[in-house]
Amino acid sequence: MAVIALCGLADATFLTAMHLTGDDSVCGPSSGCSTVLSSAYATMHGIPTAAFGLFAYFVVFSAAICAAFGYRRAPALLALTVAAMFLVTLWFLYLQAFVIHAFCPFCLLSAALTFVLAGITVATFPPR
Amino acid sequence: MKRYLPLLIILVVALITAGAATLLYRSKMGAPPAPTTSAPASASASASVSGSASPTSIPPQPDDELAHVRGPANAPVTIEIYGDFQCPACGIATKNLDEVAKDYDGKIRMIFHEFPLAMHAHAVEAAMAAEAAGVQGQFWPMHDMLYQYQSIWSKSTNPARFFVTYAQSLGMNPDQFESDQHSDVLKGRIMTQGDAGVKRGVKNTPTIFINGVQFRGEFSKEVFKSAIDAALAAKGKS
Repeated sequence: MAVIALCGLADATFLTAMHLTGDDSVCGPSSGCSTVLSSAYATMHGIPTAAFGLFAYFVVFSAAICAAFGYRRAPALLALTVAAMFLVTLWFLYLQAFVIHAFCPFCLLSAALTFVLAGITVATFPPR
Repeated sequence: MKRYLPLLIILVVALITAGAATLLYRSKMGAPPAPTTSAPASASASASVSGSASPTSIPPQPDDELAHVRGPANAPVTIEIYGDFQCPACGIATKNLDEVAKDYDGKIRMIFHEFPLAMHAHAVEAAMAAEAAGVQGQFWPMHDMLYQYQSIWSKSTNPARFFVTYAQSLGMNPDQFESDQHSDVLKGRIMTQGDAGVKRGVKNTPTIFINGVQFRGEFSKEVFKSAIDAALAAKGKS
Protein backbone atom coordinates (compact mmCIF):
# COMPACT_ATOMS: atom_id res chain seq x y z
CA MET A 1 0.00 0.00 0.00
CA ALA A 2 2.90 2.30 0.74
CA VAL A 3 4.18 1.88 -2.84
CA ILE A 4 0.76 2.70 -4.31
CA ALA A 5 0.47 5.68 -1.98
CA LEU A 6 3.88 6.85 -3.23
CA CYS A 7 2.61 6.69 -6.84
CA GLY A 8 -0.44 8.70 -5.80
CA LEU A 9 1.78 11.14 -3.95
CA ALA A 10 3.85 11.71 -7.10
CA ASP A 11 0.73 12.18 -9.24
CA ALA A 12 -0.85 14.61 -6.76
CA THR A 13 2.41 16.53 -6.37
CA PHE A 14 2.65 16.91 -10.13
CA LEU A 15 -0.98 18.06 -10.40
CA THR A 16 -0.54 20.54 -7.55
CA ALA A 17 2.60 22.01 -9.13
CA MET A 18 0.83 22.25 -12.48
CA HIS A 19 -2.04 24.07 -10.88
CA LEU A 20 0.11 26.50 -8.90
CA THR A 21 2.20 27.38 -11.93
CA GLY A 22 -0.85 27.61 -14.16
CA ASP A 23 0.85 25.26 -16.59
CA ASP A 24 -1.59 22.87 -18.17
CA SER A 25 0.43 22.65 -21.38
CA VAL A 26 1.39 19.13 -20.32
CA CYS A 27 -2.23 18.25 -21.08
CA GLY A 28 -1.29 18.58 -24.76
CA PRO A 29 -4.18 18.13 -27.15
CA SER A 30 -6.25 16.42 -24.45
CA SER A 31 -9.07 18.90 -24.12
CA GLY A 32 -10.51 17.13 -21.08
CA CYS A 33 -7.36 17.56 -19.02
CA SER A 34 -7.22 21.29 -19.48
CA THR A 35 -10.96 21.66 -18.99
CA VAL A 36 -10.92 19.79 -15.68
CA LEU A 37 -7.84 21.60 -14.39
CA SER A 38 -9.33 24.98 -15.22
CA SER A 39 -12.76 24.19 -13.81
CA ALA A 40 -14.29 25.70 -10.72
CA TYR A 41 -13.76 22.35 -8.97
CA ALA A 42 -9.98 22.50 -9.35
CA THR A 43 -9.78 24.57 -6.16
CA MET A 44 -11.49 24.56 -2.79
CA HIS A 45 -11.33 27.78 -0.81
CA GLY A 46 -8.41 28.88 -2.96
CA ILE A 47 -6.43 25.69 -2.31
CA PRO A 48 -5.79 23.40 -5.29
CA THR A 49 -7.89 20.25 -4.99
CA ALA A 50 -4.80 18.25 -5.91
CA ALA A 51 -3.10 19.53 -2.74
CA PHE A 52 -5.76 17.78 -0.65
CA GLY A 53 -5.00 14.61 -2.60
CA LEU A 54 -1.30 15.10 -1.91
CA PHE A 55 -2.03 15.36 1.81
CA ALA A 56 -4.31 12.29 1.73
CA TYR A 57 -1.74 10.14 -0.07
CA PHE A 58 0.90 11.26 2.42
CA VAL A 59 -1.34 10.19 5.31
CA VAL A 60 -1.95 6.82 3.62
CA PHE A 61 1.79 6.35 3.06
CA SER A 62 2.60 7.26 6.66
CA ALA A 63 -0.13 5.01 8.05
CA ALA A 64 0.96 2.12 5.82
CA ILE A 65 4.56 2.46 7.00
CA CYS A 66 3.50 2.67 10.64
CA ALA A 67 1.19 -0.35 10.20
CA ALA A 68 4.05 -2.33 8.69
CA PHE A 69 6.10 -1.58 11.80
CA GLY A 70 3.34 -2.76 14.08
CA TYR A 71 1.82 0.51 15.27
CA ARG A 72 -1.56 -0.61 16.58
CA ARG A 73 -3.68 2.39 15.57
CA ALA A 74 -2.16 2.76 12.11
CA PRO A 75 -4.39 0.19 10.31
CA ALA A 76 -7.54 1.93 11.53
CA LEU A 77 -6.23 5.32 10.38
CA LEU A 78 -5.26 3.75 7.06
CA ALA A 79 -8.72 2.23 6.54
CA LEU A 80 -10.51 5.45 7.49
CA THR A 81 -8.37 7.60 5.19
CA VAL A 82 -8.74 5.21 2.25
CA ALA A 83 -12.51 5.06 2.81
CA ALA A 84 -12.71 8.86 2.76
CA MET A 85 -10.55 9.01 -0.36
CA PHE A 86 -12.73 6.40 -2.05
CA LEU A 87 -15.88 8.45 -1.44
CA VAL A 88 -14.24 11.69 -2.57
CA THR A 89 -12.94 9.93 -5.69
CA LEU A 90 -16.47 8.77 -6.55
CA TRP A 91 -17.65 12.37 -6.18
CA PHE A 92 -14.87 13.66 -8.47
CA LEU A 93 -15.63 11.01 -11.08
CA TYR A 94 -19.27 12.09 -10.98
CA LEU A 95 -18.22 15.74 -11.42
CA GLN A 96 -15.99 14.90 -14.38
CA ALA A 97 -18.62 12.73 -16.06
CA PHE A 98 -21.80 14.70 -15.45
CA VAL A 99 -20.89 18.27 -14.50
CA ILE A 100 -17.64 19.18 -16.22
CA HIS A 101 -18.18 16.68 -19.06
CA ALA A 102 -14.46 16.07 -19.42
CA PHE A 103 -11.90 13.71 -17.97
CA CYS A 104 -8.36 14.46 -16.86
CA PRO A 105 -5.95 11.51 -17.31
CA PHE A 106 -3.89 12.48 -14.24
CA CYS A 107 -7.07 12.61 -12.15
CA LEU A 108 -8.17 9.23 -13.53
CA LEU A 109 -4.78 7.78 -12.58
CA SER A 110 -5.31 9.04 -9.04
CA ALA A 111 -8.81 7.53 -9.03
CA ALA A 112 -7.42 4.18 -10.18
CA LEU A 113 -4.78 4.22 -7.43
CA THR A 114 -7.42 5.02 -4.83
CA PHE A 115 -9.56 2.13 -6.07
CA VAL A 116 -6.57 -0.20 -5.76
CA LEU A 117 -5.94 1.08 -2.22
CA ALA A 118 -9.62 0.56 -1.39
CA GLY A 119 -9.50 -2.96 -2.83
CA ILE A 120 -6.47 -3.89 -0.74
CA THR A 121 -8.07 -2.37 2.35
CA VAL A 122 -11.26 -4.39 1.86
CA ALA A 123 -9.30 -7.58 1.08
CA THR A 124 -7.23 -7.27 4.25
CA PHE A 125 -10.07 -6.14 6.50
CA PRO A 126 -10.31 -6.40 9.45
CA PRO A 127 -6.71 -5.39 10.04
CA ARG A 128 -4.84 -7.72 12.35
CA MET B 1 16.28 2.38 16.44
CA LYS B 2 13.47 0.25 14.97
CA ARG B 3 10.99 2.38 16.84
CA TYR B 4 12.08 5.49 15.01
CA LEU B 5 12.63 3.90 11.60
CA PRO B 6 9.04 4.46 10.31
CA LEU B 7 9.21 8.09 11.37
CA LEU B 8 12.53 8.42 9.59
CA ILE B 9 11.08 6.91 6.39
CA ILE B 10 8.08 9.24 6.58
CA LEU B 11 10.33 12.22 7.13
CA VAL B 12 12.52 11.30 4.17
CA VAL B 13 9.48 10.89 1.88
CA ALA B 14 8.08 14.21 3.12
CA LEU B 15 11.38 15.93 2.33
CA ILE B 16 11.63 14.30 -1.10
CA THR B 17 8.04 15.31 -1.89
CA ALA B 18 8.63 18.88 -0.79
CA GLY B 19 11.86 19.01 -2.78
CA ALA B 20 10.25 17.57 -5.90
CA ALA B 21 7.33 19.99 -5.62
CA THR B 22 9.70 22.93 -5.25
CA LEU B 23 11.81 21.80 -8.21
CA LEU B 24 8.72 21.34 -10.37
CA TYR B 25 7.41 24.72 -9.34
CA ARG B 26 10.70 26.48 -10.01
CA SER B 27 11.22 24.76 -13.33
CA LYS B 28 7.87 25.99 -14.56
CA MET B 29 7.96 29.42 -13.03
CA GLY B 30 10.93 31.70 -13.23
CA ALA B 31 8.80 34.47 -11.95
CA PRO B 32 6.32 35.25 -9.20
CA PRO B 33 3.76 32.56 -8.39
CA ALA B 34 0.52 32.41 -10.26
CA PRO B 35 -2.72 33.15 -8.50
CA THR B 36 -4.15 29.97 -7.07
CA THR B 37 -7.82 30.09 -7.86
CA SER B 38 -9.33 28.71 -11.01
CA ALA B 39 -12.14 31.19 -11.04
CA PRO B 40 -12.07 33.74 -13.83
CA ALA B 41 -9.33 36.22 -13.23
CA SER B 42 -11.67 39.13 -13.62
CA ALA B 43 -11.90 39.66 -9.91
CA SER B 44 -8.17 39.58 -9.52
CA ALA B 45 -7.32 41.25 -12.78
CA SER B 46 -6.16 44.40 -11.12
CA ALA B 47 -3.69 42.42 -9.07
CA SER B 48 -2.51 40.35 -11.98
CA VAL B 49 -1.84 43.03 -14.52
CA SER B 50 1.29 44.93 -13.91
CA GLY B 51 1.64 48.62 -14.45
CA SER B 52 -0.65 51.39 -13.48
CA ALA B 53 -3.43 52.75 -15.56
CA SER B 54 -2.34 55.39 -17.91
CA PRO B 55 -4.44 56.83 -20.69
CA THR B 56 -7.19 56.72 -21.80
CA SER B 57 -9.47 57.88 -24.51
CA ILE B 58 -11.29 54.55 -24.61
CA PRO B 59 -14.98 54.99 -23.85
CA PRO B 60 -16.67 52.49 -21.53
CA GLN B 61 -19.07 50.19 -23.38
CA PRO B 62 -22.27 48.54 -22.23
CA ASP B 63 -22.02 44.78 -21.51
CA ASP B 64 -23.60 43.53 -24.72
CA GLU B 65 -21.18 45.46 -26.87
CA LEU B 66 -18.06 44.16 -25.17
CA ALA B 67 -17.87 40.79 -26.88
CA HIS B 68 -15.96 40.56 -30.15
CA VAL B 69 -17.86 39.44 -33.20
CA ARG B 70 -16.86 38.24 -36.66
CA GLY B 71 -19.09 36.93 -39.40
CA PRO B 72 -22.39 38.16 -40.80
CA ALA B 73 -24.97 39.43 -38.32
CA ASN B 74 -27.70 37.39 -40.02
CA ALA B 75 -25.72 34.13 -40.02
CA PRO B 76 -27.93 31.15 -39.10
CA VAL B 77 -25.33 29.81 -36.64
CA THR B 78 -23.81 31.86 -33.84
CA ILE B 79 -20.90 30.32 -32.00
CA GLU B 80 -19.91 31.95 -28.73
CA ILE B 81 -16.65 31.08 -27.03
CA TYR B 82 -15.69 31.99 -23.48
CA GLY B 83 -11.96 31.75 -23.85
CA ASP B 84 -8.65 32.18 -22.13
CA PHE B 85 -5.67 32.84 -24.40
CA GLN B 86 -3.34 30.76 -22.23
CA CYS B 87 -5.64 27.74 -22.10
CA PRO B 88 -4.31 24.99 -24.43
CA ALA B 89 -7.76 23.50 -24.98
CA CYS B 90 -9.03 26.94 -26.08
CA GLY B 91 -6.26 27.07 -28.66
CA ILE B 92 -7.16 23.65 -30.01
CA ALA B 93 -10.90 24.36 -30.03
CA THR B 94 -10.41 27.71 -31.77
CA LYS B 95 -8.09 26.27 -34.41
CA ASN B 96 -10.48 23.43 -35.21
CA LEU B 97 -13.55 25.68 -35.17
CA ASP B 98 -11.88 28.17 -37.52
CA GLU B 99 -10.96 25.41 -39.95
CA VAL B 100 -14.47 23.95 -39.89
CA ALA B 101 -16.02 27.43 -40.28
CA LYS B 102 -14.26 27.82 -43.63
CA ASP B 103 -16.64 25.21 -45.05
CA TYR B 104 -19.67 27.25 -43.93
CA ASP B 105 -18.95 30.54 -45.63
CA GLY B 106 -21.41 33.22 -44.52
CA LYS B 107 -23.31 30.84 -42.26
CA ILE B 108 -21.36 31.30 -39.05
CA ARG B 109 -20.99 34.25 -36.71
CA MET B 110 -18.30 33.89 -34.07
CA ILE B 111 -18.42 35.74 -30.76
CA PHE B 112 -15.50 35.78 -28.35
CA HIS B 113 -15.98 36.56 -24.66
CA GLU B 114 -12.93 37.16 -22.48
CA PHE B 115 -12.72 34.63 -19.64
CA PRO B 116 -9.11 34.64 -18.44
CA LEU B 117 -8.55 32.16 -15.63
CA ALA B 118 -6.55 33.14 -12.59
CA MET B 119 -4.73 29.80 -12.71
CA HIS B 120 -2.98 30.95 -15.89
CA ALA B 121 -0.26 33.41 -14.96
CA HIS B 122 -0.37 35.41 -18.20
CA ALA B 123 -4.03 35.02 -19.16
CA VAL B 124 -5.07 38.51 -18.09
CA GLU B 125 -2.02 40.08 -19.78
CA ALA B 126 -2.90 38.25 -23.00
CA ALA B 127 -6.54 39.33 -22.73
CA MET B 128 -5.33 42.91 -22.23
CA ALA B 129 -3.17 42.58 -25.35
CA ALA B 130 -6.15 41.39 -27.38
CA GLU B 131 -8.34 44.19 -26.04
CA ALA B 132 -5.60 46.74 -26.71
CA ALA B 133 -5.38 45.44 -30.27
CA GLY B 134 -9.15 45.79 -30.48
CA VAL B 135 -8.82 49.51 -29.79
CA GLN B 136 -6.89 49.73 -33.05
CA GLY B 137 -9.41 47.50 -34.84
CA GLN B 138 -7.16 44.44 -34.71
CA PHE B 139 -8.78 42.26 -32.06
CA TRP B 140 -9.28 39.20 -34.26
CA PRO B 141 -5.82 39.22 -35.88
CA MET B 142 -4.32 39.50 -32.37
CA HIS B 143 -6.71 36.81 -31.10
CA ASP B 144 -5.51 34.47 -33.85
CA MET B 145 -1.88 35.33 -33.23
CA LEU B 146 -2.13 34.78 -29.46
CA TYR B 147 -3.50 31.31 -30.01
CA GLN B 148 -1.08 30.53 -32.83
CA TYR B 149 1.95 31.38 -30.70
CA GLN B 150 0.46 30.36 -27.36
CA SER B 151 3.09 27.72 -26.73
CA ILE B 152 5.81 30.36 -27.06
CA TRP B 153 4.62 33.41 -25.11
CA SER B 154 2.89 31.40 -22.39
CA LYS B 155 6.25 29.97 -21.27
CA SER B 156 7.87 33.38 -21.07
CA THR B 157 8.25 35.24 -17.81
CA ASN B 158 7.66 38.46 -19.72
CA PRO B 159 5.10 37.79 -22.46
CA ALA B 160 4.39 41.52 -22.90
CA ARG B 161 7.45 41.85 -25.12
CA PHE B 162 6.00 39.18 -27.44
CA PHE B 163 2.66 40.98 -27.53
CA VAL B 164 4.31 44.21 -28.65
CA THR B 165 6.08 42.44 -31.50
CA TYR B 166 2.78 40.84 -32.54
CA ALA B 167 1.18 44.30 -32.52
CA GLN B 168 3.99 45.68 -34.65
CA SER B 169 3.74 42.83 -37.12
CA LEU B 170 0.02 43.59 -37.46
CA GLY B 171 0.85 47.20 -38.29
CA MET B 172 -0.41 48.70 -35.05
CA ASN B 173 0.89 51.80 -33.36
CA PRO B 174 3.19 50.20 -30.76
CA ASP B 175 3.16 53.17 -28.39
CA GLN B 176 -0.60 53.27 -28.25
CA PHE B 177 -0.73 49.49 -27.93
CA GLU B 178 1.64 49.48 -24.96
CA SER B 179 -0.26 52.30 -23.35
CA ASP B 180 -3.63 50.59 -23.87
CA GLN B 181 -2.27 47.35 -22.43
CA HIS B 182 -2.36 49.05 -19.03
CA SER B 183 -5.73 50.70 -19.48
CA ASP B 184 -8.13 50.47 -16.58
CA VAL B 185 -11.05 50.75 -18.96
CA LEU B 186 -9.91 47.70 -20.94
CA LYS B 187 -9.27 45.86 -17.70
CA GLY B 188 -12.82 46.72 -16.68
CA ARG B 189 -14.17 45.34 -19.96
CA ILE B 190 -12.40 42.03 -19.35
CA MET B 191 -13.73 41.90 -15.80
CA THR B 192 -17.24 42.65 -16.99
CA GLN B 193 -17.11 39.89 -19.61
CA GLY B 194 -15.77 37.42 -17.04
CA ASP B 195 -18.46 38.33 -14.53
CA ALA B 196 -21.15 38.04 -17.21
CA GLY B 197 -19.81 34.58 -18.07
CA VAL B 198 -19.98 33.49 -14.44
CA LYS B 199 -23.58 34.70 -14.25
CA ARG B 200 -24.32 32.64 -17.35
CA GLY B 201 -22.92 29.55 -15.64
CA VAL B 202 -19.51 29.45 -17.32
CA LYS B 203 -17.07 27.59 -15.09
CA ASN B 204 -14.16 26.69 -17.31
CA THR B 205 -12.59 27.35 -20.66
CA PRO B 206 -13.35 26.94 -23.41
CA THR B 207 -17.09 27.08 -22.84
CA ILE B 208 -18.84 27.15 -26.19
CA PHE B 209 -22.43 27.98 -27.04
CA ILE B 210 -23.88 27.19 -30.46
CA ASN B 211 -27.04 29.18 -31.07
CA GLY B 212 -27.32 29.65 -27.32
CA VAL B 213 -27.02 25.96 -26.47
CA GLN B 214 -23.92 24.89 -24.58
CA PHE B 215 -21.73 22.64 -26.69
CA ARG B 216 -20.58 19.51 -24.92
CA GLY B 217 -18.16 17.17 -26.59
CA GLU B 218 -14.69 16.77 -27.97
CA PHE B 219 -13.12 19.81 -29.58
CA SER B 220 -12.46 17.93 -32.79
CA LYS B 221 -13.35 19.10 -36.29
CA GLU B 222 -15.71 16.17 -36.81
CA VAL B 223 -17.68 16.86 -33.64
CA PHE B 224 -17.82 20.60 -34.33
CA LYS B 225 -19.03 19.90 -37.87
CA SER B 226 -21.80 17.64 -36.57
CA ALA B 227 -22.86 20.26 -34.03
CA ILE B 228 -22.93 23.02 -36.66
CA ASP B 229 -24.88 20.81 -39.07
CA ALA B 230 -27.37 20.06 -36.30
CA ALA B 231 -27.72 23.77 -35.52
CA LEU B 232 -28.27 24.54 -39.20
CA ALA B 233 -30.85 21.77 -39.48
CA ALA B 234 -32.66 23.02 -36.38
CA LYS B 235 -32.63 26.55 -37.79
CA GLY B 236 -34.06 25.26 -41.06
CA LYS B 237 -36.98 23.62 -39.25
CA SER B 238 -37.91 26.69 -37.24
